[in-house]
Amino acid sequence: MYQEKLKIDWLPILLWLVIMLFGWVNIYAACYTETHASVFDFSIQHGKQIIWMGVAMLLAAVIMLTEPRLFSNTAYPIYGVVLALLVVTLFIATATKGGKSWIDFGAFKFQPSEFAKFATSLALAKFMSAIDIDIKKTRTKVIAIALIAMPAMLIFLQHDTGSALVFAGFVLPLFREGLSGSILIIGVAAVVLFVLALLVNKYILLGALVLLALFYLFIWLNKRTARDYWRVLGVLAVCAAFVFSVDFVFNHVLESHQRERIDVLLGKSDDLQGSGYNVNQSKIAIGSGGFFGKGFLNGTLTKAHFVPEQETDFIFCTVGEEWGWIGSTLIVAAYIWLLVHLVSMAERQRSRFARFYGYSVASILFVHLFVNIGMVLGLVPVIGIPLPFFSYGGSSMLAFTILLFIFIRQDASKNQLL
Amino acid sequence: MSNQYADRSHVVKLIFIVVGVLFVGRLAMLQLFNPKYRELAASQSLREVTQYPARGFIYDRHGELLVHNEAVYDLMVIPNMVKNLDTAYFCQCLGITLDDFRERMQKAWKYSPFASSIFMKQVSKEEYARFENKMFRFKGFYISQRTLRIYDRPIAAQVLGYVGEVDQGELDRDSTKYYKRGDYIGKSGLEKSYEEVLRGVKGKKVMHVDVHNREIGPYQHGAFDTLPVEGCNLYTTLDADLQAYAEELMANKRGCVVAIEPATGEVLAMVSAPCYDPNLLVGRIRGENYKKLNSDIAKPMLNRALMGQYPPGSIFKIAQSMVALDLGVITPNTGFVCDKSLVGCHNHPSARSVQEAIKMSCNPYYYQVYRRVIQQGKYKSIYKDSQYGLTVWREYMLRFGFGQKLDIDLPKSGLQKGNIPDTAYYNRWYGKERWAFSTIYSNSIGQGEVTVVPIQMANLAAIVANRGYYITPHMVRFYGPDSVRNDEYYTRHETGIKREYFDIAAAGMYDVVHVAGGTARRARVDGLDICGKTGTAENYGNDHSVFICFAPKDNPKIAMAVYVENAQGGGGTWAAPIAGLLVEKYLNGEVKRKDIEKQYKEFNPCQKLPLTRRVKKAKKRR
Repeated sequence: MYQEKLKIDWLPILLWLVIMLFGWVNIYAACYTETHASVFDFSIQHGKQIIWMGVAMLLAAVIMLTEPRLFSNTAYPIYGVVLALLVVTLFIATATKGGKSWIDFGAFKFQPSEFAKFATSLALAKFMSAIDIDIKKTRTKVIAIALIAMPAMLIFLQHDTGSALVFAGFVLPLFREGLSGSILIIGVAAVVLFVLALLVNKYILLGALVLLALFYLFIWLNKRTARDYWRVLGVLAVCAAFVFSVDFVFNHVLESHQRERIDVLLGKSDDLQGSGYNVNQSKIAIGSGGFFGKGFLNGTLTKAHFVPEQETDFIFCTVGEEWGWIGSTLIVAAYIWLLVHLVSMAERQRSRFARFYGYSVASILFVHLFVNIGMVLGLVPVIGIPLPFFSYGGSSMLAFTILLFIFIRQDASKNQLL
Repeated sequence: MSNQYADRSHVVKLIFIVVGVLFVGRLAMLQLFNPKYRELAASQSLREVTQYPARGFIYDRHGELLVHNEAVYDLMVIPNMVKNLDTAYFCQCLGITLDDFRERMQKAWKYSPFASSIFMKQVSKEEYARFENKMFRFKGFYISQRTLRIYDRPIAAQVLGYVGEVDQGELDRDSTKYYKRGDYIGKSGLEKSYEEVLRGVKGKKVMHVDVHNREIGPYQHGAFDTLPVEGCNLYTTLDADLQAYAEELMANKRGCVVAIEPATGEVLAMVSAPCYDPNLLVGRIRGENYKKLNSDIAKPMLNRALMGQYPPGSIFKIAQSMVALDLGVITPNTGFVCDKSLVGCHNHPSARSVQEAIKMSCNPYYYQVYRRVIQQGKYKSIYKDSQYGLTVWREYMLRFGFGQKLDIDLPKSGLQKGNIPDTAYYNRWYGKERWAFSTIYSNSIGQGEVTVVPIQMANLAAIVANRGYYITPHMVRFYGPDSVRNDEYYTRHETGIKREYFDIAAAGMYDVVHVAGGTARRARVDGLDICGKTGTAENYGNDHSVFICFAPKDNPKIAMAVYVENAQGGGGTWAAPIAGLLVEKYLNGEVKRKDIEKQYKEFNPCQKLPLTRRVKKAKKRR
């Protein structure tokens, strides 16, 4: 048996525990009723979550005891198995709330898409740590994108758009490995243009873009070459094409509930009983919390189940209502602290595999955090993905724990690994 | 290795931190700087159920219950909570039509989709019992218990007043913001003047409701609940039997009766005819009946005892005598010839004293008396002299409680003060120093510009009974468990006139009833030294028949004024015998003179006038 002295970084483990326990407290509050007051009532979500938390801790311990190279060596097989599971899911899945991402195992259900995240992270890290890899090469890009896109597409086909979107997070580790920064700018610009195209008259928007281009060409730049003209013209043309395709995408590619959710977010629709209901209730619940919150178990809306998906995707409402601004801020701070620390940890890795994997972990958690809390706060359209370690749910709890602890395991023996 | 990009870790960290700051800022926006969400939250998940306190009961002076309550149920609805309603079944349970249902729902939607409003008012116990166990099928509906007034004896409607839903004006005036739309408030009578005592204090139950409008339980274990405080009971001064009897006697007539216990100022009976059954203005039949009563030309809802203004007629002569005696312009033995050239009179021997003048109600006598009061000879100019005299006279009159609102504990709105003209009044009419006694002499016999309110006349009887003072007439002795009393109603209002002069007035009034030549022999009841004074208030229609009296002569127990409108014949003909019957009833407990009782009960001076239109009979809800 391989023996080494582990140098475990306890900070992320501590944050993981804190977030998980606080998450459980809020699930308890969300599910609490006088008849189900017992903490160990396993018929109800908060009781089940205790089991999942126990399993997660066990799993974490097991991962810490594994041989460090295990995961880099088995990255591709794991990836392959998960892909296969995703394909199988497509055929045998039980439909739940419009999505087909659950495999039913009788007593409990299992969501393969949750496990696709760490599997893809492993595979991509493995691929990116090969000797002759350079992200600037087209071949590398194509393979990397394919590795990301395959599970993402399969998940998308399961109508689990949210989980599919998470794979966009791999942009960050790729960016760290040398992918041009313009990808981030283009991404942000695309979102901004998309929103503007929906809100503003397209010709006015186009006029503004032309003005911006003229400003750039004749005032910003001191010297202009013919190339500059062509480049600006090219960007303008792409932008125009994008703006005019927005309507098509919006009306024909997106599904009706997605369209409504975007409309609600942009304030174009306020169907408070329909598609705007969740977000409105969620904002009311959070807003009513005030500075200190209403106190544990005193959340009126939480207890009254005004917010659907209270214990899963909308769990953050409970935090906002019962723990107020102070509690919400502390939770956000804990997450950001964990993310920033994960980046620092990744930077101190000596192997490229571990570093890339670390970035992947941070990025996936980040996308979840951004989409989930952003949705609850009414900043992002409603996309149903869980808040890591916090939302009720066994698959996500276990998958996120595996995702995180593989990295902590790598980090603990970073000095032995090259 | 590509550590050339290590700096990019800062970019990634920055993105994370920026998103964190964005969230914290957004949270601050929602939680700290926008009270909208807190209000929305409160209205959504908590349901404030008002706990209506039982309104205080009203008793008569002997502890007989006059007004009490019965439970009814308001069916409330929160429109946006109504889901999956089997409308047809619901309508069947309530016994309403589909159109009716739609109309009510529309009204509720219009008021507010989120707030509760009354779907159906005052559902009776029996009706409620029919669908009580089906309520769980009607999401968005719930029951709120209320109480309605109930009157065991249909008496004293105008005094007791009625209760109704608050209107916009009342809501606007309510500075304490106690009332909410749909609450009940005393609209008139004692219900209005003692509203704050009777109503108690509303309580509330803050119920936690879930998204399906099911009550989960009390919010924070009832920390925000308040118990309703029951209304205080009113112990009135009314004598229910006397009141009922007076109403019987006043049937078929218009007019009023006010009876006062002179020593205490307690009102024993206050009748305004035509009367109506107070049960008519309760519950769902109220609106319809109210319309009928309110448009009735006989004005049954008007409390004539407080709101009617009449010329006092000859009754005024008592006050005139007292003023003149006190001023010293006449002595008790001053006599005047009955000179009908001054002012008309009936045939009688000339009065040789004040006592005789009162007994015979001699008009020319009081012409002379009033002239001496008004023209005292203090000034050479008769105009200036009259101005002086009128001012002095008016001050006396105010001390009798005339010309001002008596501070009775009934609503002040509509309460009249009568008219005791002052110099400014005549100056306005005739010009300054353009009028003198000859202009205003009609006042001497209670005609002309002088008007009084019936309660003031009853009060005048009480003043004579008390021999010179009165205690403000009032309706309530005390209220609540602590027996709160109003100190105002212990204060003696002195006229400042000597007791012996009032003895003369009392003697004269005794003669009116008992001595040959007196004008009110019909009021006589053997053994009950009734002292009275008749009056005939001239009117453009038939004259009003007026009588005031007190009894017994010494240590009087009751003072009274009776007005019968448009009764042909003077005060002695109609008002006096009615007063006699009432005194008999009060002092003896029963009336033995059944023939007279029958005669006056049936007397109907208003046959030619349309009396109270038929009013929908009060449905007995029990």
